[in-house]
Amino acid sequence: MHQVVLPVIGTVAAWRAEARRLAAGGVPPEAVSWRVGQAEADLFATQPPATGTPRQINLSRVAIKGLESALCHRDPERFARAYALVLRLSQGSLRWGDRADPAMRKVMLQAKAVHRDIHKMHAFVRFREVESTDPRRAFAAWFEPEHPIVEAATPFFANRFGDMDWVIATPAVTARFIAGQLSFSETESTQRPPADDTEDLWRTYYASIFNPARLMVKAMQSEMPKKYWHNLPEADLIPNLIRTAEARAAKMEAARPTDPPARRAAVARAMAMPEKTEAAPGTMEDLRRQAQGCTRCPLHGSATQIVFGEGPHDADLMIVGEQPGDREDLTGRPFVGPAGEVFDTEARAAGLEREQIYITNAVKHFKFSVRGKRRIHQRPNADEVQSCRWWLTRERALVRPKLIIAMGATACQTLTGSGAGLLRRRGTVEAAEDGMPVFITVHPSYILRLPDPAQQTAERVAFRDDLETAGHILQTLCQSAAQTNA
Amino acid sequence: MTKRTLSEKLAILSDAAKYDASCASSGGQRRGSRDGSGLGSSGGAGICHAYAPDGRCISLLKILMTNFCIYDCAYCVNRVSSRVERARFSVDEVVRLTIEFYRRNYIEGLFLSSGIIRSPDDTMADMVRIARTLRQQENFRGYIHLKTIPDAAPELIDEAGRWADRLSINVEMPTEAGLTRLAPEKSATGIRKAMAEVRVRREASRERSHTGKRKARFAPAGQSTQVIVGADAADDRAILTQSSTLYANYQLSRVYYSAFSPIPDASKNLPLIRPPLLREHRLYQADWLLRFYGFEVGEIAQKGMLDLEVDPKLAWALEHRAAFPVDVNRAPKEMLLRVPGFGTKTVARILAARRHGAVRYEGLAAMGAVMKNAKAFIVAPGWSPRGMTDDAALKTRFAPPPEQLSLL
Repeated sequence: MHQVVLPVIGTVAAWRAEARRLAAGGVPPEAVSWRVGQAEADLFATQPPATGTPRQINLSRVAIKGLESALCHRDPERFARAYALVLRLSQGSLRWGDRADPAMRKVMLQAKAVHRDIHKMHAFVRFREVESTDPRRAFAAWFEPEHPIVEAATPFFANRFGDMDWVIATPAVTARFIAGQLSFSETESTQRPPADDTEDLWRTYYASIFNPARLMVKAMQSEMPKKYWHNLPEADLIPNLIRTAEARAAKMEAARPTDPPARRAAVARAMAMPEKTEAAPGTMEDLRRQAQGCTRCPLHGSATQIVFGEGPHDADLMIVGEQPGDREDLTGRPFVGPAGEVFDTEARAAGLEREQIYITNAVKHFKFSVRGKRRIHQRPNADEVQSCRWWLTRERALVRPKLIIAMGATACQTLTGSGAGLLRRRGTVEAAEDGMPVFITVHPSYILRLPDPAQQTAERVAFRDDLETAGHILQTLCQSAAQTNA
Repeated sequence: MTKRTLSEKLAILSDAAKYDASCASSGGQRRGSRDGSGLGSSGGAGICHAYAPDGRCISLLKILMTNFCIYDCAYCVNRVSSRVERARFSVDEVVRLTIEFYRRNYIEGLFLSSGIIRSPDDTMADMVRIARTLRQQENFRGYIHLKTIPDAAPELIDEAGRWADRLSINVEMPTEAGLTRLAPEKSATGIRKAMAEVRVRREASRERSHTGKRKARFAPAGQSTQVIVGADAADDRAILTQSSTLYANYQLSRVYYSAFSPIPDASKNLPLIRPPLLREHRLYQADWLLRFYGFEVGEIAQKGMLDLEVDPKLAWALEHRAAFPVDVNRAPKEMLLRVPGFGTKTVARILAARRHGAVRYEGLAAMGAVMKNAKAFIVAPGWSPRGMTDDAALKTRFAPPPEQLSLL
């Protein structure tokens, strides 16, 4: 039988080269035996029997990664198993990841065990500072992995501790990172580095972060098995923490509540100081402040915040939309989402300046339903519109605009009492209950919902025309108001 | 007052921080220091460097900057009316602890929270200064999680997001009424607004400018929050409804559930209870079902409280036997995800294997399925559950024997 001896350092790379060579020579798996160690003098240096078909090995990247991990397992059979598997994979008689195949399943389980061991090494290596003559600080650690994983696991430390020199010694292999160079050698000394002062701080932290009222020893041990404990500086605290936990928890529960310290009263006095900026009653600021705590309908429950109107408090033109959307809810400002963008663009084109308009909504909280991680807009119902009218009425009374543009059915409903037949009514002026002229048009989000781009363009033009018409009406209203005053 | 040593401060301020459940260090920006120009790496899977005997992982140095606080939240050990010992770290002390712990591979980074001192802005400014010093002066590239203080100035939140991987702010209570009662100084709207602000900034930071330049990253590992379970009367349905709204509203990475746990010097307004640990566990399971398994809150928490005896997915399957047994080789992905004992990985493996031939019953265990839970709910070549699916006593196969319940 042909024997392959792989080196202790660089085992996986050596296996890879050897496996390729043997496969290309058509050597069947049963004709090779593998081991790790020192190559002995050419005792078995027989030429391997080429009884199989020569093969070029081509594997997927996932397969290579999985195999290389499995080759870091301590199982001595791993090399032979992997070689046989590689041949079957390149023959096409086996699919990578087919767990129904016993050999494949074994390789995958071993790869998983190796990943776990590497992960635990990343977690449980504990460095201790050692003396250094260099400006770079130097650290050392002793660790006992379950599998020969040092070469696979230590590049992580090089990436993490790039600005210090370190040594991680394990029973078989030692990794050194000196002046930015990572190297491996066989371990000569099994001496542990001496403890350093910071370890006591760490032990203090470990003992304090533990909550004795929720003792769950099994959960701890499944993630931090005892086999790692003897190299962890915090582990010798564990038995005592467990022993005293129940008594500590019972003591907390039994303790009577105490009276608050004197500081409590002082802080309470300081915090009870009246707020400096109290808005005068009857102003827009006061109304806005009141609205922040609005619970008139259930919509405040899931929305972020109330989205109040915005704009000059003596504007001639007021715009009323339906309700805030996702963006508006997050930012607290009306018409800043996609529909707001449509409005801004078309209003500007129609000669209306947003800075001179008071913009608000018929309903001031966002109504939505949750679909996974998304919020789907829902139309407010009559009750919600009715409850929120309270705010709109007060906004109207304070701003006293000459013209209101109602955008969409909800705004129409709250202002004129009916939201029906919107498309028939658009472009016309109706009177609100108190006689204020209300110009009716569609909501810009209606345009965004149209599936056909050509139709969208047409509707945008119609919307702009509406706004232009409203602009003219407003001008006429302003002029006649000026004449009346004069 | 005598000056406390660093060790004494550490004991007080980590003891004060332990009621925050979050310790995630995963996700976020990939960084490293292979070139020697700094210290630390992050990105990818998080690492738990130790486990405390309470079963919680220790991944980050979780401390408060100070446990002085002007708020009086009944559930909190640090409330102003509590007589716990108080301490305060200086910026340098936090930086030194973080760096020295990190160099010894004890931690993945820092999770810094704080009591509210003087004003929200002052507190937040100090926390931001610590993060800035770590990043700029120490070239620290590990993980930083900052707690944001509600009502802090937007510039401070903005800077916090630039230095930190994750920002979080705790909603604390499942309902607004509960929050008002137990944490009178906190406002639910203030908390939600702060979360909305973080979401908006995160999204803005991912957009490219018109020249194609990327903006500075903002909290690349996202934001999370925590809810205390069992301190008020809210049921599981209320808790989960709030969570699903929070996930949708603010694209949170995680909602943590923390069983209300006894604290030293408890408040008169909130009597101590044994922490409802099993309830907390069921809530996490339900949270996973909402996020990865396509369940809706109404489906799993129909009755208000989750079943403590069996996990929520099994409970759902037991209530909806008409949907089972599921044919492993024909069922759509959505239905496979609803089979008890099948996780997302198992389902992915089944779907991949189905493309190459029938999946047999014997092969399912190798794909990671928990057959004890699954077998009553599936059919596959080599297996039929026959009457087991509709057996009235099916639940007794899964529920623990009654005496174990007395412990909880």
